[in-house]
Amino acid sequence: MTEQPGSSAAGDGGWEPVIGLEVHCELRTETKLFCGCRNAFGDEPNTNVCPVCLGLPGSLPVLNAMAVDYAMRIGTALHCEIRPSLFHRKNYFYPDMPKDYQISQFDEPINVNGWLELPDGSRVGVERAHMEEDTGKTTHVGGGGRIHDAQHSLVDYNRAGVPLVEIVSRPDIRSSLQARLYAAELRGILIATGASDGRMEEGSMRVDANVSVRRPNDELGTRCEIKNLNSLRSLVRAIEYEISRQVDVLESGGTVLQQTRHWDENEGQTVALRSKEEAFDYRYFPEPDLVRVVPDTTWQSEVAAAVGPMPADRREKLAALLGPDGATAAKADQIATVVENGLDVLMTKAVHAGIGAPLALARTANEASAEPDRARALDTAAYTALLRMEQDGSLSATQAKVVLADLLDRGGDPAALARDHGFEALGADSLSGVIDELIAAHPNEWTRYVDGDDKLTGFFTGQAMKATQQKANGKAVAAELRRRRG
Amino acid sequence: MTDAKLTREDAAYVARLARIDLTEDELDLYAGQLAVVLEHAAQVAALDTTGVEPTAHPLPLQNVLRADEPRPSLDRDEVLAQAPAVEDHRFLVPRIMGDVP
Ligand SMILES: [Zn+2]
Repeated sequence: MTEQPGSSAAGDGGWEPVIGLEVHCELRTETKLFCGCRNAFGDEPNTNVCPVCLGLPGSLPVLNAMAVDYAMRIGTALHCEIRPSLFHRKNYFYPDMPKDYQISQFDEPINVNGWLELPDGSRVGVERAHMEEDTGKTTHVGGGGRIHDAQHSLVDYNRAGVPLVEIVSRPDIRSSLQARLYAAELRGILIATGASDGRMEEGSMRVDANVSVRRPNDELGTRCEIKNLNSLRSLVRAIEYEISRQVDVLESGGTVLQQTRHWDENEGQTVALRSKEEAFDYRYFPEPDLVRVVPDTTWQSEVAAAVGPMPADRREKLAALLGPDGATAAKADQIATVVENGLDVLMTKAVHAGIGAPLALARTANEASAEPDRARALDTAAYTALLRMEQDGSLSATQAKVVLADLLDRGGDPAALARDHGFEALGADSLSGVIDELIAAHPNEWTRYVDGDDKLTGFFTGQAMKATQQKANGKAVAAELRRRRG
Repeated sequence: MTDAKLTREDAAYVARLARIDLTEDELDLYAGQLAVVLEHAAQVAALDTTGVEPTAHPLPLQNVLRADEPRPSLDRDEVLAQAPAVEDHRFLVPRIMGDVP
């Protein structure tokens, strides 16, 4: 490969990338879209299946009301128009759907014409956000898991029929960075609505990218659809690679072919999937076993009320807690992390209980965000108590992080957890004793310190750390030294 | 719908989409029969339907929904006993030639 994916091509040489994203999001319902089988990730294969989701003859689908609810929440959060909608059968032959069709909304989707504002202030249009069922999971055996080299494939239908909302953006995105921002913001919105857990690594949020390049103000170029983007990082890399590939093709006088391409994370390139010469003809027709969904205004307003505050508003609230500092890039990043992980309530409660906003932000954006699921379940009082111990100097930052890790791991009383680590030995009394000994052992240094040589603070702190096997709190040592100097 | 008559090629295309393997004789037979059916349906298309809402369903029903409550799934052994081939509690299918649609 001579082509290097990189940002050099993006926007370079007078080419403008045009990107649209299709995001599939699994809804957090208890059951599947058209049957009462459990919607659960990671269960034993083929344990959540029934005649409906196995497509057995004579079975009939019945729509899950909660899935409609979640779909409308997503539409509301994306400023869409919510409309009467209809399901169609999308016919195709592939073993991931035992019915040989997928039930999906086609020309009458539930949500249309919305938009999403990104943290950089740009706005991306949302063409539609429609409902459909997920497919089963195929595993290719032999040939290193590659589909075309496989000896055979194995199918687990637990995922077949799980409710999805597919959010289709308009081709308003102009860079890989903006695509990343869009996907990250959308993920935050999906989580905030309660409709999805947004876990890309578990496949509950999946992104496909439509990429083309053109001369600015020209007609749209031929686009390629890139699949298999399992992380925000892959999304960025794949788009950059694809832009660069298309620019190379065009600059060497070739034409870009409309294709579906697969992102190969290890090779760092997109690869054309082997396609039949004829385009897929899905022969959509209205699903005769389902009737139209017409949410009345009461239902719509109930949904609107159930949609929680959106990430942008929540970021603004946290920034306000920090004052002018909240606007700096570093703090804005940390704030975004806290909101993304749904930990803004935790942080806000700590601040309202008297913890300084910068400290609350640091611990929440770093240590707590490293374990977001556990942090969301954390007892707020315990979290605040721990931060208070760090704030008043009874724990050093290092010690507070150790105790916080314990707290996230198994909960409990932070004071007791600190004692378990022996951190309580550094109460004011024992620290005072340690400093008595240090002064006695280093009389010359002490005199120089008393005479105003502040550099010796570092020396004494270091000695105190050594004497206490790193259990001393640097700030507390410095404070005690200053107190003694008078 | 176009007025053009269903050709033998159309019939072969539809059969291929439905993965139905037809012999040459069958193709002649079914292309003819299908053309008659479509001609009959074309009478409906000839009607003036200006201002008439498309019908999605013959019953005057909407919002048929169920609560999001789990119901027991099938027994896995029973399910897999129906499969032509099984491996690792999963349906075993032949090597897949085409792309994921
Ligand atoms: Zn089922």
